[in-house]
Amino acid sequence: MKKKLQHVLLACSLLLATVCIGQAASYDYPISDPIEATIIGTPKEAMAILPKKIRVKEYLTFDVFPDREVPEVFWYNEKLRYAVAYQKEKAPVIFMIAGTGAGYDSAKMKMMQKAFFQAGFHVVAISSPTHPNFIVAASSSGMPGDIRSDSEDLYNVMEKMFERSKKKKLIGDFYLTGYSLGGTQAAFVAKLDEERKVFDFKKVLMINPALNIYDSAVKLDKMLVDNIPGGMDHFDDFYTKLMANIMESYVHGDFIDLSHDFFYSTYDAILTSQAEGKAVIGFSFRMSLANLLFTSDVMTHSGYIVPKNLELDSTDSLTDYNKVAFRGDGFSEYVENILYPPFKANEPGLSLREFVDRSSLRVIEDYLKKSNKIGLVTNVDDIILADGDVDYFKQVFGSRAKIYPRGGHCGNMAYKDNVAYMTDFFKIK
Amino acid sequence: MKIQKMNSMKNVLVLGLLLTFLSGCGAKQPAEQEAGMGIIPPTKPVSEFVQSDIVYPIDAYDPWEGFNRNMYVFNFYFDKYLFLPVVGGYAWIMPDYCEDRISGIFKNFGEIRNFMNNLLQLKFKATAVTTGRFLVNSTVGLLGMYDPASHWGMARYKEDFGQTLGHYGVGAGPYLVLPIMGPSTLRDTTGLAVDAVVRSEVLDWALDDVDNKSNVRTAIDVMAAIDARHRVGFRYYQSGSPFEYDVVRMLFLEKRKMDIAK
Repeated sequence: MKKKLQHVLLACSLLLATVCIGQAASYDYPISDPIEATIIGTPKEAMAILPKKIRVKEYLTFDVFPDREVPEVFWYNEKLRYAVAYQKEKAPVIFMIAGTGAGYDSAKMKMMQKAFFQAGFHVVAISSPTHPNFIVAASSSGMPGDIRSDSEDLYNVMEKMFERSKKKKLIGDFYLTGYSLGGTQAAFVAKLDEERKVFDFKKVLMINPALNIYDSAVKLDKMLVDNIPGGMDHFDDFYTKLMANIMESYVHGDFIDLSHDFFYSTYDAILTSQAEGKAVIGFSFRMSLANLLFTSDVMTHSGYIVPKNLELDSTDSLTDYNKVAFRGDGFSEYVENILYPPFKANEPGLSLREFVDRSSLRVIEDYLKKSNKIGLVTNVDDIILADGDVDYFKQVFGSRAKIYPRGGHCGNMAYKDNVAYMTDFFKIK
Repeated sequence: MKIQKMNSMKNVLVLGLLLTFLSGCGAKQPAEQEAGMGIIPPTKPVSEFVQSDIVYPIDAYDPWEGFNRNMYVFNFYFDKYLFLPVVGGYAWIMPDYCEDRISGIFKNFGEIRNFMNNLLQLKFKATAVTTGRFLVNSTVGLLGMYDPASHWGMARYKEDFGQTLGHYGVGAGPYLVLPIMGPSTLRDTTGLAVDAVVRSEVLDWALDDVDNKSNVRTAIDVMAAIDARHRVGFRYYQSGSPFEYDVVRMLFLEKRKMDIAK
């Protein structure tokens, strides 16, 4: 009898052990280094299986502000571009917000669009409010970065997209998601929706969000500055070398594929050091920031790089502006010189720190705590987070936080487990 | 034949006119504009923050920038209203499988250009492999519809006359955005013209017995253009970046440098 009990106990403990081990070891995303994961993403063989082509309509003529006089130099960004993957029968809709500087057609957006489409949703892909097209066509202030204004712009855009849809009969419930900065914005948009109630989002998923966008952006700024051999004075040497590396691995056919993911996608497998990897991430971020800085400067007539009373023509040379925009301090420079001053002018007592903390998720902590419809996915080693941020997420979201042991910043988004989690989140009621 | 010669004469004339026109076509530079009457200087003026004595990676020899930026805009509209709708129609009608076969045929025909330019650069191994590829794919591969040569380890060595010129030390010359074809340089445009003449002669020879030759040739050229555009994912202004022109220019010039060096 005793022996039998022992056997049973042993069997039980073994079973328990396998369950535990099973949980700990079941996540097989293959890249353990967060910098590499961020750059390389998910190796092909580990990706979720998604359709090669899906039914997508691109909209190129959405006039968000019909009365807006768009500066001549931005003529091509006058209309907001977005893409909708649509089902032929009635289905729920997922709105997706892209990450910093990314367009609706970035590789990550396309991947997510395919996954959600395959799972039976209509999927609307929206560029980040920090993307030049959004800044020119849809930002009410022309200077993104204050998350509440950005969320209002996003809400406004979604509302008008819905209005211009010709197939309203086929539209079911609404859902919302976003990655990186888009993930943070999704939370604020959801909060706004509680007041405006146009969509009544049933579920909201934040993927690798920043806790405080300013702090995350400054971290990325530093990655470039701190990791260029010899410092920023040797930026041009670094740049030349980077170009050479990129071109060497460049095999994308006959012409230049100028997507936002270009600098990542061509750079895999030739990382020589951690520092170089960090510099590449910082560099790619800086590319987006140069776009943001220049575009906002012109849109707001701030007179920071471009003289405030100079009207640029569609064919004027912009090369020198690129040099100036590229070589500053990045996001903090943008905030201090373009975004913050108008707010400060309205509220003279407002410190810079107070201002940027308004764009932190902590501001809506109570809302996030009690809103069961909001979920969060992130990684323990996400490079845009600071120490303690993951614990904060666990504490606020509890079981609604899905935290993976690795993946860097958005590196594991296309991994099969992540895609399954992401689609199940919306599918399972 | 005579008409063809006339045509090439005409092309040369057009090119000459174009170049004359180009020479007066610089773009307005930020530093000049800053110095304009009544302009309020910005916080970080170009005249102060851009050093004239260093070469930035984004810099390029682009004396015809004004013309080029105009042509860049033109290409956007050409794509939008003519080229891409036609390409879209083609993609809609054709099953993907057939598209790939058609691409294969044109790629295979391009081996003649690769052969000539590998030979001119005295790259004998590449010339031999290219010859092998052409023979295998033209026969077993059914005129290039299939690519058994690659499976048998015969790689594609892409070379054009622009690269040949570069190989012998001819500099890129001014950057040039061509109508329809897009980014190029003066050297590469010359190369393009030479390759086109050779291609035309070969095609002429190959179609010697065909009735309606000129119609057939036009059809082939149109198909080739559609196929080439179909294979390229690039869309003008799609990135939305205000610096797209500059980045494309940099990447293009850098890529050509690499192509020539290898």
